[in-house]
Amino acid sequence: MTLSLYILIPISLVLIVIAVWAFFWAADSGQFDDMDAPAWKIILDDDKKPPEEGRSHDER
Amino acid sequence: MVEVPAIRGQRAAPTGETAPTCCAGCQAAVMLIRGAGLDAYYRLRTANAPKAEDTRAAEWVAYDREAVQRGLIATHEDGSQEILLLMDGLRCAACSWLVEHALERETAVREVRLNAATARLLLRWDPAVAPLSHLLGRLAALGYTPTPLSASGQDQALVQERRTMLKRLWVAGLGMMQVMMYAIAVYIGDGWDLDVETRSLFNWVSLLITTPVVFYSSQPFFEGAWRGLRNRAPGMDVPVAVAIALAYAASVVVTLQGGAEVYFDSVTMFAFFLLAGRWFEMSARHRAGRLGEALGRLVPDTAELIDVGFVGAVELQAGDRIRVRAGDRFPCDGYLVHGSTHVDESLLTGESVPLTRDPGDAVVAGSLNLDAPVEVVVERSGAATLVSGIGRLLARAQSERPRIAALADQVARWFVVVMLGLAALTFLAWSYLDPARAFPITLAVLVVACPCALALATPVALTSGTLALARRGLLVTRADALEALAKTDVVVFDKTGTLTHGDMRISDVSLLGVIGEAEVFALAAALERSAEHPIAKAFRVYDDGREVQDLSIVRHVGVSGTIDGVRYSLGRADIDPQRWSGPLAANFGGTPVVLSTDSGPLAQFTLSDTLRAGAQALVEDLQARGIEVEILSGDHPAAVEAVAKELGVVHWLARQSPEQKLERLEAIRGQSTPVIAVVGDGVNDAPVLAAADVAIALGSGSALAQSSAGMILLGDTPTPLAAGITIARRTLRTIRQNLGLSLFYNLGGIPLAAIGLIPPWLAAIGMAASSLIVVLNSSKLYRGST
Repeated sequence: MTLSLYILIPISLVLIVIAVWAFFWAADSGQFDDMDAPAWKIILDDDKKPPEEGRSHDER
Repeated sequence: MVEVPAIRGQRAAPTGETAPTCCAGCQAAVMLIRGAGLDAYYRLRTANAPKAEDTRAAEWVAYDREAVQRGLIATHEDGSQEILLLMDGLRCAACSWLVEHALERETAVREVRLNAATARLLLRWDPAVAPLSHLLGRLAALGYTPTPLSASGQDQALVQERRTMLKRLWVAGLGMMQVMMYAIAVYIGDGWDLDVETRSLFNWVSLLITTPVVFYSSQPFFEGAWRGLRNRAPGMDVPVAVAIALAYAASVVVTLQGGAEVYFDSVTMFAFFLLAGRWFEMSARHRAGRLGEALGRLVPDTAELIDVGFVGAVELQAGDRIRVRAGDRFPCDGYLVHGSTHVDESLLTGESVPLTRDPGDAVVAGSLNLDAPVEVVVERSGAATLVSGIGRLLARAQSERPRIAALADQVARWFVVVMLGLAALTFLAWSYLDPARAFPITLAVLVVACPCALALATPVALTSGTLALARRGLLVTRADALEALAKTDVVVFDKTGTLTHGDMRISDVSLLGVIGEAEVFALAAALERSAEHPIAKAFRVYDDGREVQDLSIVRHVGVSGTIDGVRYSLGRADIDPQRWSGPLAANFGGTPVVLSTDSGPLAQFTLSDTLRAGAQALVEDLQARGIEVEILSGDHPAAVEAVAKELGVVHWLARQSPEQKLERLEAIRGQSTPVIAVVGDGVNDAPVLAAADVAIALGSGSALAQSSAGMILLGDTPTPLAAGITIARRTLRTIRQNLGLSLFYNLGGIPLAAIGLIPPWLAAIGMAASSLIVVLNSSKLYRGST
């Protein structure tokens, strides 16, 4: 049992380090600056394109 | 769903369903929106945007001038330019969707980053393709007012503070969860025979995890404690820092010695709970700070210089001649040289009635030009203007704000000293009696004496109470506002806009002729159709579109015109009684307007500012609690008296300038030093708000008032105030309970620990339990408020 602890605990420590690193990266890159709008953006379907005159190419 | 007044018959809605629209114009707009594929806005928005102001592209041209752009714009290597804009009018996520999509359609735009939470828009564009004014005009056309922010580092500093705080909280939270897992294993293992090796492993791992929680997450407490000690005003941070440092140091020593009793779990939990409280406090402070930025926006950034065009308001010199259109705010203090108009100075003086301004009359920066384009000669601009002066008055009043010292801080002053003294005494005594037991017993004393629960008692209850208030629509932006609200003895209302709607409504009509009610409304509305003053606006909803011929407007008095061959006149009976005669009934506070034909009067309308919903109930509720209610208004005495009588308020003063209001506040204070709450909404209220013990601004009020307020009423009525006082009082009671509980635990536990009856592990459980009890007791506030 003690042996498995010596393996599992370091693994848990590594996981914490990864979690902290991931969170720091996210915070520094502005992931938590706006907690409102991104949640909405995901449910937006931007399928509808305005009828654009003078443009021949299709954007899809 | 769009809400439009259903008057006409056209049917169309942006979302595809049918709904009544008010006119052909709206219908066309709906079709345009749908045609452009922007209709998702209406499906997504969770709050209605304010009515879009008239926006004219020309004025944005001033932002293309180099003198105005200086300090606002950063140029990138590829020639593109970047600007940070404060977006006024963003209400919900749908707004940010609309702004981003509208801008992305512009070929000049390279990058759009909009943060809905802070209302900041970072815009990068190619100036070779389109000038800045074009993009600003596009935004303004959507109904959002962009204000370029100077490229100062302050904005970035707030973002940085928030991110750092979030990281500290996260490290503490993760650390707490991990350490708690090992701690539980050890607590359970104690009953079984946990071998020394495993226990020591757990201790070392806990030490490893707790170290960053102490040295990184808890940094604000150590900094605060150091600041407090250096300024000889130790606050709650001192015992917190001492508790964290001692519990950590003791645990490290025990771990090094291979001992059993460690308190890493308590340290991390303690740090996390306190940081969470700080986090809420910081969020509220930032939100309040953002409102404050709007202060300068009362005065427009641009001005139309005659023969030159639009320039920045900063470029104006005394003697310059500028043109100010109807519906615009004056960019400077000056006097009229051409044209007559009405101005609305309500934001500055509280006077809700439009004032007449003829050539030669003075106008002040920030006031609103209501009905005609005028030419103004600049006298003072920038910092010399009256509105800037009010800003300085506000700053002074804020520095004089009376502060109710927090009870916990007073307790903290002697608590640390007593705690350390007791621990030292215990150590001395036991090293004499039984040296072997000296260290564990001293440790137990320190842990029992740890003011964790005491430190949590106030902030946790405040956080809980603040959240409960926010749910009722009362936003707390200053920590001491809640305490003051609970103790409020006098509530001072600024009448304009706090108890009333602030605009003219038809409150009464008496028919004097043979024509029926619906008909007289329609006739009056038709006559007032082309006028812009508040009286005309009150009639607007009754307009059924009938034609008016030979319309003639008698300035400041009334209008007359021919409808279906009959000559009608409509005007102020109080100004020109000969022309618009009518029975001038005792309509105190109301403005009598009479509709008449050449043969006699048809109807008399009484227009007045109507009470907000719930104002009556609120005043009664406050008075029932024994709180004195007073009205201090910048308004006309008759209007104030009417409102005061209707509400049953005995003390009221009218025509009060900001200085007079401040004096009145001092006078109330002189009597018996009561706690004064001021509810206001105008810029003129800002200094008074700042001088109050608790300042409450209406969410619909001016941004300046909000920035100086300790609380903001989110809705459109002052009603949540009554519930707010109840919650605030409950919060104070909870704080007292918490302080009592934790002091009882500390003071009761210390003697027991000192005589060696409490082993350190029990002390640690006691510490955690007392903190948890305090947290649970506080959370009652929030749960009980639904």
